[in-house]
Amino acid sequence: MFKGKVALVTGGTRGIGAAITTLLATEGAHVAAGYSRGKESAGMCQAKLASMGASVSVHQGRVDDPADCARVAQEVLDRFGRVDFLVNNAGITMDKTVRKMTAEDWQTVLSVNLSGAFHMTKALLEHMIERGSGRIVNISSVIGETGNVGQANYAASKAGLFGFSKSLALEMAQRGITVNCVAPGFIGTEMVEAIPKAALEKVIEKIPQRRLGRPEEVARVVRFLLEDDSSYITGAVYSVNGGLDM
Amino acid sequence: MNTLSNGIAGRVCIVTGGARGIGGAISTRLANDGAIVAVIGLPADRDRTESLRASLNGSAENVVFYEGDVGEYERCTKAIEAILQEHGRIDCLVNNAGITADHTARKMTIDEWNAVLQVNLSGPFFMIKAVLDAMVAQNYGRIVNISSVVGLSGNVGQANYAAAKAGLIGLTKTIALEVATKGVTCNAVAPGFIATEMVAAMPPAAIERAVASTPVQRLGQPSEIARTVRFLLDEEAGYINGAVFNVNGGWYM
Ligand SMILES: NC(=O)c1ccc[n+]([C@@H]2O[C@H](COP(=O)([O-])OP(=O)(O)OC[C@H]3O[C@@H](n4cnc5c(N)ncnc54)[C@H](OP(=O)(O)O)[C@@H]3O)[C@@H](O)[C@H]2O)c1
Ligand SMILES: NC(=O)c1ccc[n+]([C@@H]2O[C@H](COP(=O)([O-])OP(=O)(O)OC[C@H]3O[C@@H](n4cnc5c(N)ncnc54)[C@H](O)[C@@H]3O)[C@@H](O)[C@H]2O)c1
Repeated sequence: MFKGKVALVTGGTRGIGAAITTLLATEGAHVAAGYSRGKESAGMCQAKLASMGASVSVHQGRVDDPADCARVAQEVLDRFGRVDFLVNNAGITMDKTVRKMTAEDWQTVLSVNLSGAFHMTKALLEHMIERGSGRIVNISSVIGETGNVGQANYAASKAGLFGFSKSLALEMAQRGITVNCVAPGFIGTEMVEAIPKAALEKVIEKIPQRRLGRPEEVARVVRFLLEDDSSYITGAVYSVNGGLDM
Repeated sequence: MNTLSNGIAGRVCIVTGGARGIGGAISTRLANDGAIVAVIGLPADRDRTESLRASLNGSAENVVFYEGDVGEYERCTKAIEAILQEHGRIDCLVNNAGITADHTARKMTIDEWNAVLQVNLSGPFFMIKAVLDAMVAQNYGRIVNISSVVGLSGNVGQANYAAAKAGLIGLTKTIALEVATKGVTCNAVAPGFIATEMVAAMPPAAIERAVASTPVQRLGQPSEIARTVRFLLDEEAGYINGAVFNVNGGWYM
């Protein structure tokens, strides 16, 4: 379905991002998967997909650093000539109640989760405008809609992505570029495995479907939004959360 | 049952008002993907279903018409009984049938208010009520309700329609919660302005305004709604529940 297309997926070698990379590559796209510190998992992800015959390259760079974003974008454009899809997926948590949260905790999460999407988008936007086509999907979170105890920074960054996406969707509406968000609920990745076991059981209790989602269940929503035929969908937020806090 | 390899083939799907417009596009898409489509519609929809079947290459026999008015509960249960008898199961329900009766609230009659609520809101409830036991018993079901951007934004002259479509979102989320552990999902798709007879009935100046106020500067096509419905009906869409998927060219965010 995506033969000849090039996708850039930030944080694309682990967790949800790896599932997105896998699905898009399986559909025939070349996927440039970003990572920051996980060199080993990046190598494993690339090797695994290469052995399946998929076309994947990995690119080191921090999304919270505008210079890194520009460099990675250039690397991908130089090697593959184009970028059709940008998936801003890289994200982190640093959970603490506001009373205990330091200014640095706040700043770091916003820098990666929200400013990271801005920097990476900036680095590719002129290219997409020039070609008159593009698809941008930002991975937000149910927490951006509901808030959560201990996640003021994370919730603010993810709610911020809604405002960013909708504004950009309006700015790009007549340029063939759509911008949408996918808002996952609790998905079984390392990010969620970091939650203490007792707390995780409480979380699952609260999910109407009583289970965590799988990364693949998020990836297929991303793929849907990236299709050419999704051109009438822009500025939307597609939730995939098992019925949690709808 | 046929192979379910593509997530919908062999599934028995009901599409209310599935003979023309958005519903027609949904029926077409599902039939082409190998689903068995039961169209429920008014008497006038019988011939329309025939024309729709005629337009399908090879999958015409996948589409069957059942007469029924979704605004009448007994008619809904009758149609469902007939479908269950014929096909043995019901996997998907798309509540698409809808009407408009536009007037500003000052001019709107009580009949206009009631009629639109009856078809657009009570209709989906009646249909869901009629299929839900069967879905829960088989531990599988996919329900998609066609709401509207107007249910989120409101619209001058559409107090009845907007109330019904907003109400439909409340219904969607409640059903989603009630059957979340039973293998059944319930979601809504909220289209923007789509090129069908419903929109063609608007005054030309109003259509022009709708296009001009849509960020992507065009009406949507019925097929663009159909593919979103199809996506949500897929077997693999099981973790999407209680969601509202907008397809509106940026008209409302
Ligand atoms: N898991 C959930 O339940 C859930 C729910 C809702 C939303 N989300 C969102 O989904 C996205 C992916 O989550 P996940 O669960 O897959 O997380 P994860 O397993 O912890 O993976 C995070 C990814 O982000 C990358 N990353 C972190 N900081 C970065 C930086 N400064 N620059 C570039 N890349 C960076 C990581 O790269 P390295 O490998 O190099 O560290 C890694 O690939 C996040 O945006 C998250 O907020 C997750
Ligand atoms: N066209 C749009 O721009 C638009 C936008 C948002 C939402 N919608 C919604 O999408 C759905 C389909 O709209 P459309 O534009 O295709 O409309 P349409 O008028 O072209 O088709 C509606 C179909 O529903 C059938 N129907 C009407 N009342 C019925 C009843 N009581 N019982 C059974 N069938 C009945 C009609 O006979 C017809 O086949 C509606 O729910 C509508 O509210 C449409």
